Amino acid sequence: MLAPTLRVLFILIAFLLTYIHSNELTFELPDNAKECFNEKIKVGSKFILEFQVVTGGNYDVDLELKSPSGKILYQVTKKQYDQIEKTAEEDGVYEFCFSNEFSTFTHKVIYIDWRVDGDPEHEITGPNPRVAEGALTMIESKVGNIHRNLESCIDYQTHHRLREATGRARAEDLQERVQLWSIGQFVLIIIVAIGTVLLLRSFFTDRRTSSSASWSR
Amino acid sequence: MCNSSYFVLIFSLSQLVSLSYSLYFHIGEAERKCFLEEIPDDTLVIGKYKVELYDENSGAYRPSTPGIGMHVEVKDPDDKIILSKLYTSEGRFTFTSHTPGEHIICLYSNSSSWFGKQKLRVHLDIDIGEHAIDYQQVGAREKLTELQLRVRQLLDQVSQITKEQNYQRYREERFRTLSETTNQRVLWWSLAQLVILVIAGFWQMRHLRGFFEAKKLV
Repeated sequence: MLAPTLRVLFILIAFLLTYIHSNELTFELPDNAKECFNEKIKVGSKFILEFQVVTGGNYDVDLELKSPSGKILYQVTKKQYDQIEKTAEEDGVYEFCFSNEFSTFTHKVIYIDWRVDGDPEHEITGPNPRVAEGALTMIESKVGNIHRNLESCIDYQTHHRLREATGRARAEDLQERVQLWSIGQFVLIIIVAIGTVLLLRSFFTDRRTSSSASWSR
Repeated sequence: MCNSSYFVLIFSLSQLVSLSYSLYFHIGEAERKCFLEEIPDDTLVIGKYKVELYDENSGAYRPSTPGIGMHVEVKDPDDKIILSKLYTSEGRFTFTSHTPGEHIICLYSNSSSWFGKQKLRVHLDIDIGEHAIDYQQVGAREKLTELQLRVRQLLDQVSQITKEQNYQRYREERFRTLSETTNQRVLWWSLAQLVILVIAGFWQMRHLRGFFEAKKLV
C-alpha cells in the first residue's frame, strides 16, 4: 500500500510546487499616465515587489502600494529601482500603482517582478516545501540550495539584461540624433554660404554707391 | 481507480487556484494593453488570462457573457506578427520565439462598441522559459519521484541561464556595433562639415571677387 500514499504525497508536493507564483511583466507607461495592478492576498502571506525603469527620460517613476483598507503601505517618488518585501496583515485586494504624471512627454518602460508566497497554512517558506513525513535528506536539501542559487542567478541576469537595454536605448537615441543634426548642419552651411553671397549681390545691384563692404562668412 | 480520481481532483483544484490568485488590472473596452518581453530565441512563452466584466447590477466583476473575447497579438523583434488569435473570456496562448529580442504581447477586447465605457478586469499570468514548464504534468507523464522532478527543474533552469548568456553575447555585439557606427559617423560628418566650410569660404571669395571686378569696384 506504499504506492498509493506515495502517489498522493507526490501529488500534494507537486501541487505545492506551483503554489508560489511569480509574475514578471514589462510594460510601457505613457506620459501623464497611471497604471495600477491588483491582487487578492491572504493574511500572513509574504509578497515581494521589485521594479526597474528601463528606458525613458530620467529613468524615474512614482510608486504607491495600498492595502485593502486604503492605507498606503509604501510610497516613493521618482525612483529608478526598488524592492519592497512585506507581509500581508489584512485579507483582501492589494493594489500598487505606478505614476508617470510628473512627466510631460517622456514615456517610460517599466519592468516589474511580483512574487507572492501562498497560504501560511500550507507552510510554504520558499521553493523547497517541507515533506510531510520526516526531514529532508542531504541530497534534497542540497538540491534545494542549488535551486535557490540558480534562481538568484537568473534574477541577476534579468537585471543585467535590463541595464544593458537601458544603455542600448540611449546609444540608439544618440546615433539617431548625431545623424539628424549632422545632416542638418551640413545643409545649413550650404544654405548660409549661398544666402550670404546672394544678399551681398543684392546690395550692389541697386546702383547705390554704398561703400559698405561688410564681409561675413 | 480511487487514486486517479483523487489525482484529477487535486489537479483541477490546483488549476483553479493558480488562476484565481493572479495579478489583475483594469482596461477600457476599446483599450489596448501591451507588454514587452525581451527573450532569447527558442524560448517557450505561455500566457494565461481571464477577463471579467463590470456588472452594474451587482456592482462587482463577474465572469463575462460569452460575447466578450480577447484578441491576443504577438509581434516579434522584426515587427512581424507571429500570433494573432481571438480567444474567449478565459484563454491560454503559447508561442516559441524564433528570433532573439523584444517581443510585444498585446491584448485588446473584441468589443464592438466604439466608445465603450465599461471597464474590463483582466487577470494575466505570463510565464517564460522554465517558469512555463508544468512540472505536475512532466512528473505525471514520466512518473518521476520528487527528487527526479527537482533535478529536472535544475536542468531546465541551467539551460535557460545558458540561453540567456548566449543572448547577452549577441546583444553586447549589437551594442558594440552601434557604438562603433556612431563613432564613425561623428568622425566622417565632422570632416565633411570642415571640408564644406572651407569650400564654401573659397567659393564665396572667388565669386564675390569676380562680381566686384565686373562691377569695376575693385
